[in-house]
Amino acid sequence: MSRPEDTLAADVHYDDVEARKYTTSSRIKNIQASMTQRALELLDLSSPSLILDVGCGSGLSGEILSDLSPEEGGPHVWVGMDVSGSMLDVALQRDVEGDLFLADMGQGVPFRAGTFDAAISISAIQWLCNAESSDTSPAGRLSRFFNGLYASLKRGGRAVCQFYPKNDAQKKMITSAAVKAGFGAGLLEDDPETKNVKVYLVLTVGGGATSGKGSDITGVVEGMEGVDVLDNRRKGKSAGRGEIKKGSKIWIIKKKEQMERKGKIVKATSKFTGRKRRVQF
Amino acid sequence: MKVLTLNFLTCAVKDCKSSNNSFPLHPKDAELVYDDLEINPQLLVNVLPRVDWVALRTTSTELGFPELPEQPPTVEELESDEKMLQDLHKLLMETQIMEGKLVCGNCGHEYAIREGIANFLLPSHLV
Repeated sequence: MSRPEDTLAADVHYDDVEARKYTTSSRIKNIQASMTQRALELLDLSSPSLILDVGCGSGLSGEILSDLSPEEGGPHVWVGMDVSGSMLDVALQRDVEGDLFLADMGQGVPFRAGTFDAAISISAIQWLCNAESSDTSPAGRLSRFFNGLYASLKRGGRAVCQFYPKNDAQKKMITSAAVKAGFGAGLLEDDPETKNVKVYLVLTVGGGATSGKGSDITGVVEGMEGVDVLDNRRKGKSAGRGEIKKGSKIWIIKKKEQMERKGKIVKATSKFTGRKRRVQF
Repeated sequence: MKVLTLNFLTCAVKDCKSSNNSFPLHPKDAELVYDDLEINPQLLVNVLPRVDWVALRTTSTELGFPELPEQPPTVEELESDEKMLQDLHKLLMETQIMEGKLVCGNCGHEYAIREGIANFLLPSHLV
């Protein structure tokens, strides 16, 4: 599958023709709508809120935010930013309710601290991994974006960013940039290992433990059906530094793993590994 | 662009991040439009604590509206006073800037607004 991110900049790729195509395609509309619904489910907003839509495009997801019924916690007021003028032009013609900004997310988020209750971004942040000119770098754009987003969300706020990572390296790069900015971050994958995999980066800003739940993604997905939690983080101090005694069996196995990762030939671990030899006399 | 949104906007220029003058942005040659929107009391109550009242007073004076009271209404006052709710809704949500400029009080950068869309793209040396 071709990735437009590989060939052109976002504002060049989405010209008048592409923007119109994107907005009139019923397939894209359906996918966008279901992803927005999923993102809303993850945000779990109970009352009308102020939401930032990053990479709002023609306002496909924003429309869903403003049309939400009071029973579902809506209607929300949203502010959208996008780098493509053509997309915003289509949004204007479709008469969306949110406020629109022509802005590049890689240049930061120009709102004062604690503005938004939540933020969503549908199929946008993978564009951050491209830098079109020599004076910006993907890392710089990512850090400016996540720092700005972190500041503009209120304490306890959440952001859900659906994105299409090119590969695992890109996934990791985006997630670690978010963590560096201070977010509690986690990835939710719908339909993993299929062609239709959808990756959601769920970000929480400190103090999200409103109802005794965890403040990170494990708290967010708690109670959701069909979600398996894979927690790769280190548990407590057991794996912490300074705990393993030098020369012990655990230490030896750790060293062997280290060497194996380096590509050295290592003897297989057995029940005799790390044992003392018997006394000879 | 809604007056509510203007109350949250700061200058995007890097050097202005640390300055107090970069907020609020000052509207210049603004053309206003009233857009009839359905009132959403719960949203206003939710948003009110986050609105910078001093900045809102400045903005509303700059846009040529009558002066706002010195103290922001409390949530209880807002819930009980229908008239105040209507007024706030009218100012924050229905009043929209369609054309004009936003000027930063610190660096003087002008952000153009066209058809209600503000242009916050910056040349790379300012980021």
